[in-house]
Amino acid sequence: MTTIPAGKRIGKYRKYSALFLMMLPGILYIVINNYLPMFGVVIAFKDFNYSKGIFGSDWIGFENFEYLFKTEDALLITRNTILYNVVFIFLNLVIALGVAILLNEVKKRFLSQLYQSVILLPYLISMVIVGYLVFAMLSLETGFVNNTILPMLGIQEISWYSESKYWPYILTLVHIWKSAGYLCVIYLAAIIGIDPEYYEAATIDGASKWQQIKSITIPLIIPVITVMTLLQIGRIFYSDFGLFYQVPLNAGALQSTTNVIDTYVYRALMTLGDVGMSSAAGLYQSFVGFVLVLLSNYIVRKKNSDNALF
Amino acid sequence: MKTKYSIWQWFVNIILLVIGVFCILPFILLFISSVTDEQSIVRNGYSFFPEAYSLSAYRYLWHDAERIFRAYGITIVITVIGTVVSLIITSLLAYPLSRKDMPMNKFWSFFVFFTMLINGGLVPTYLVYTQLFDFKNTLLALIVPGLLTNAFYVMLMRTFFATSIPAPVIESAKMDGAGEFKTFVQIVLPLSLPILATVGLFQTIHYWNDWFNGMIYVTDSKLFSLQNLLNRILLDIQFLTSSNFAGNQSDSVANIPTETVRMAMAVVGIIPILIAYPFFQKFFVKGLTIGAVKG
Repeated sequence: MTTIPAGKRIGKYRKYSALFLMMLPGILYIVINNYLPMFGVVIAFKDFNYSKGIFGSDWIGFENFEYLFKTEDALLITRNTILYNVVFIFLNLVIALGVAILLNEVKKRFLSQLYQSVILLPYLISMVIVGYLVFAMLSLETGFVNNTILPMLGIQEISWYSESKYWPYILTLVHIWKSAGYLCVIYLAAIIGIDPEYYEAATIDGASKWQQIKSITIPLIIPVITVMTLLQIGRIFYSDFGLFYQVPLNAGALQSTTNVIDTYVYRALMTLGDVGMSSAAGLYQSFVGFVLVLLSNYIVRKKNSDNALF
Repeated sequence: MKTKYSIWQWFVNIILLVIGVFCILPFILLFISSVTDEQSIVRNGYSFFPEAYSLSAYRYLWHDAERIFRAYGITIVITVIGTVVSLIITSLLAYPLSRKDMPMNKFWSFFVFFTMLINGGLVPTYLVYTQLFDFKNTLLALIVPGLLTNAFYVMLMRTFFATSIPAPVIESAKMDGAGEFKTFVQIVLPLSLPILATVGLFQTIHYWNDWFNGMIYVTDSKLFSLQNLLNRILLDIQFLTSSNFAGNQSDSVANIPTETVRMAMAVVGIIPILIAYPFFQKFFVKGLTIGAVKG
């Protein structure tokens, strides 16, 4: 009696070993690409030495962090990262939602499709190309703004790439231009999914367009809005490296308003070769970022578990 | 009532038209700049209505097309290999996770999902790929780090397999004596073309647009992808006039129409995407929206 189940079990294992074998390349890849670096964050507590390697270098405790937080940079990059993200999340939500509602109102399907593809176009382009587009606008001698727009307004030409005070506006505009289209498509899909009967009933009751938007459209897509916003809040400690590096052309004079945690880590590692400082900043980012993801998810789950991510 | 309605339609359409124009104008400026006469740019800057047109920028690029073709070649190679390998790894990983009878599938799903919550960051990743593996200045550096850019695709495929492939289909294949792998290749994959195409499209765009891995792992300009070439020229215009580019030219460096050539390079870089966009647009939008639904 007992031998048969055992034999079955062996057969079962053999069966699943095929499935496991299929998973193996992916698992190995994730171990190397994700988990190894995750354990590799210990270098933030080490005096990294290339000849000794990640795990052989000497421990120095929190020294790298002490250095990092003694600099003014730590506060600056934290402030920049969070402020930009807060503005981005808010404006993206308002604009993408607004445009999605407008798109849904367009009666001609052909026009609606056309607007949608045009609005989504910037999302497809790499940040390097965006850097070119912005350069064509803002270049000191040859830029469109300095040569055409400012003279029309009677304003002196501005050296955009050396005046940091303009960049919060420029980067915000570029970010919205590039990524609002994506959110817009998502909100539009959610709006299209709303049962038309709600609107028919509302129209019979004499509700205006604005009342319909306020009392039907927005409340019904709140779950999607929550998830999308939550995803962004969870990543509030991260930023789009390309936006902050390529678009300002890595200009040193602009760093007080364009330096964020990601660009700081990159420059500390690749330009200065300071593994200690950059790994400390990187771990700071990973750790706080992780806590924020858990926290934002926890809050949403408490309010409405259906909207939580996990 | 009728007039009020059409005023609303006019209002909506005009606003959307303005937004659409705002989205597309920079591309038009880029294109016009690339066919503007260099002297007219020096005098009036980049303009939508230039004084004089000229194809000299493209002629210049054509003279020294080798570097551009090379970069194109590298981009195409990494995009094709990267996307194919990525699809293989992703689907092979997602299928067992989708099987309810797979032992420990909860654990492995979490193992994959967890990478979406936290990552080691740039420094340890860089050290793993340069110290542990010697990927610096190899094509592998342009392909490997992007293979599972987003664990989300694994979750997406897992959900697709679990919900769209009926379990009896898999059962009956097994009854007929097909092994797991055979079932996967002959039954599951052909039924999963929509999700494979979606993830494939996103990976293609990812590899085509990627400049970051090239920027950190590749210093040898022979291995520059299109985006890396563009990146270097943007950040350092000297790179355009240096070495290979001006090498076999009879012009002196001063004669190179740098302002227009720069823009022409960018146009050469986005043309393929702009041409392909109308064909994959519908698919792309669909992919974005399933991505927003819980995986």
